[in-house]
Amino acid sequence: MQLELRGITKRFPGVVANDNINLTLKTGEVLCLIGENGAGKSTLMNVLYGMYKADEGQIVLDGAPVVFMSPADAIAAGIGMVHQHFMLVPVFTVAENVVLGVEPTGRLGSLDIDKAREMVREVSDRYNLNLDPDAIIEDLPVGVQQRVEIVKVLLRDAKVVVFDEPTAVLTPKEIIEFFEIVKTLIAAGRGVVFITHKLKEALNVADRIAVLRRGQVVGEVDPKTATESQIAEMMVGRPVQLIVDKKPHTPGEVVLEVRDLSVLDADGRTMVDSVSFSVRAGEVVGIAGVQGNGQTELVDALTGLRNSTRGRVALDGQDITSASPRVRHAKGIAHIPEDRQRQGLVGGLSIAENLVLTRYHDEEFSHGIVMDWPVAHSVAENLIAEYDVRTPSADIESSTLSGGNQQKVIVARELSRPLRLSIAAQPTRGVDVGSIEYIHSRIIKERDTGTAVLIVSTELDEVMALSDRLLVMYRGKIVADLDPRVTSAMDVGLYMAGSRPANVVNA
Amino acid sequence: MKIVAILRKVADRIARTSSFRITLLAVLSAMVVGAFIIILSDINKLQNGDILGATKTVGSAYWALVVGSVGSLRAISATINSATPLILCGVSVAVAFKAGLFNIGATGQMLAGGMSALWVGFAMDGPGYIQVPLAVLAGAVGGAAFGAIPGILKARTGAHEVITTIMLNNMAGFLVLWLLKTNLYQREDRTDPISKFVTPTGRLPRLFGFLSDRPDLVAHTGFVVAILAVIVYWWFLNRSTTGFEFRAFGMNADAAQYAGMHTKRLTVMAMMFAGAFAGLAGSAEVLGTYGYGSQNFAGDIGYDAIAIALLGRSTPFGTLFAALLFGALQAGGRQMQANTDVPIDLIVVLRALIVMFIAAPLLIKAIWRIKVEPTSLGQVFRGQGS
Repeated sequence: MQLELRGITKRFPGVVANDNINLTLKTGEVLCLIGENGAGKSTLMNVLYGMYKADEGQIVLDGAPVVFMSPADAIAAGIGMVHQHFMLVPVFTVAENVVLGVEPTGRLGSLDIDKAREMVREVSDRYNLNLDPDAIIEDLPVGVQQRVEIVKVLLRDAKVVVFDEPTAVLTPKEIIEFFEIVKTLIAAGRGVVFITHKLKEALNVADRIAVLRRGQVVGEVDPKTATESQIAEMMVGRPVQLIVDKKPHTPGEVVLEVRDLSVLDADGRTMVDSVSFSVRAGEVVGIAGVQGNGQTELVDALTGLRNSTRGRVALDGQDITSASPRVRHAKGIAHIPEDRQRQGLVGGLSIAENLVLTRYHDEEFSHGIVMDWPVAHSVAENLIAEYDVRTPSADIESSTLSGGNQQKVIVARELSRPLRLSIAAQPTRGVDVGSIEYIHSRIIKERDTGTAVLIVSTELDEVMALSDRLLVMYRGKIVADLDPRVTSAMDVGLYMAGSRPANVVNA
Repeated sequence: MKIVAILRKVADRIARTSSFRITLLAVLSAMVVGAFIIILSDINKLQNGDILGATKTVGSAYWALVVGSVGSLRAISATINSATPLILCGVSVAVAFKAGLFNIGATGQMLAGGMSALWVGFAMDGPGYIQVPLAVLAGAVGGAAFGAIPGILKARTGAHEVITTIMLNNMAGFLVLWLLKTNLYQREDRTDPISKFVTPTGRLPRLFGFLSDRPDLVAHTGFVVAILAVIVYWWFLNRSTTGFEFRAFGMNADAAQYAGMHTKRLTVMAMMFAGAFAGLAGSAEVLGTYGYGSQNFAGDIGYDAIAIALLGRSTPFGTLFAALLFGALQAGGRQMQANTDVPIDLIVVLRALIVMFIAAPLLIKAIWRIKVEPTSLGQVFRGQGS
């Protein structure tokens, strides 16, 4: 099968999301679609999947133009999609989820669950997916859930499988397994479209890489000869610094002191288990770990959003264990939250309003209960310019910004005041290459002015590059305190998985 | 068919210009459906096959609506009179909406406010310029106190405000019934639940009092209070720190908490503000329209207010216009009932239809064949950052 997109143009009010895009995909190859957020990858795939109708251009399947009015048409034509956010019923078994919508039925329309099991087992064996048809979805790790999604797509006879940022939710080990699965799919004669903004992955897995920028395909590169910086430059439109450029740090006095801190989650499970560490002025301490090992709860406790059950948190020697978020803010703690949509921004408020979200009560922005919007506005204009937030105006709703620009709004708000401690959780999750470079440089700049910086990230490369000291969190405990300059990513990965590098065990 | 084409063009244009479009088209659609209802209910003419005659009924009914609501000074006065409590209760629901809370309790708050205002209205006999503001204010305080109850319950225990406000409406109703039978409130010569008269100095002055030859113009200065309330609401929402907190909290409670806002305090405050506005509506009815308190002076106003806030998208001026529209329908409906055989119940149907169409923008778009991007249908495929 050969799938062609010819001259696809899709306009939204005020923007051309896709501008005359031409792409060809053959079965038996991996096409990687790489581009920054807002480059038009998602729109293009929505067109391909029948969610949007293109304003111009056509989709050509084996030489014949086709029109997809809905995803059902696209599925019928052999296009399958694995979404970033899985569409699975958590309490159903693997087999039940897989056959949902195409249930094999026995007499009187009853569900033939044995047939369903057999179908799952058959596909699972053929593609080496190693799935248990009777496992309940919610008990499975994310990587396995993703394989269930893949089986769903394969059972609907997809010739082309589109993966939307498939590695975003996976651990390093799962990513490697995922790439094996992609190879199996190709070997079985399917085609794969792989959407990502991660350069390493694109180079690793693709047969061809198409680079999107501002709605246009700015070029196709051959992963055998292309380099990361070359692709990054095509994505952003200018040369990009891919390595964090930082001078050796000069740590000062202890700013944040955490002693025996324990934190429970909403269900009463201990998520942070007697954790102790400290962060000094002018130092970046990174906390690495696979998602869900207590990092979220730790950050919540440090920023006052969640009570700790035990232990002590001190800032500059002062106890702040039970201080409110506002008090901590006033003491010079900045917080870049891990989920910008849920916590960091109010999508329905304007950019200017979001830029003062944590600071509106400061003398600068309000007098008593009266907001001083003109001042807030002019400060916002300055921040937008200084932090390079790409927006036509400070008055538009922040939800209309791309992820990278939303994150810049948060970074601008949190870092643009005198600070003692800056806590950044997943500071570049879902952020494009150009913005990552910028946000990283801002964080290092903050360190160089003598702020203590705590970075929590599941992105191993990121914590390795930024940190002066690297802690690894596993099941609520800090299991390693490492010097990232002399530690390999492999070793950190082992700590993250709960084991110990062999050389350490022997030592 | 050309008319249809023109209409569609107009509709298309409205659709593209603003979010105001849906509201306008919803009203228009409701009127169209209402027209069919009028025709279908005109049994006599339909039985005689007189479809043209039935169509004429539609014309005269809608014409009576217009004349009865804005056709004369008297009509305008009636519209204003009907709209006054609707504006205040609309703002009540709207301000809670903005903070993410669903205030079904405007009725109860209105009753609580009205009873407080009533007491100042009959127990005091002072100069009007002191008594009236005091009585009006008492209404706001009474409403705020009653509104605080569901707020505190929500903040402290998480009890959902929809449930508690509905329950409190019933409690307020019976509380009023009991109060009206006490010596404090009950009119001396009566055995039924009816209150003493507000002293003449305590009455809200009539809006058209300066026209001495027109005692039939019943609108009172409660309308001025309502307009002031809309302006205060606007200022509060857009210019005050607390209003900013309300909006942030209403749109994203997690972000509000992250930003260090005291979300529990905001919950209580929002319900108190809502109660205060509804309480003012009680003041206006008791001190302006009636001059005494009866068992059911709140009527369905508190429930209509939900539709009004929805129609006005909880914005200050949107709510004002929606309330004026509902008030006009109310006033015009009376005229319509008098002039034609169409019962005033049609107004209830029209309002219900408007709300239904507002709540179903996709239906509106489908009816008027407005070309829209299916973004609101939800994206299946989302970029990681989006």
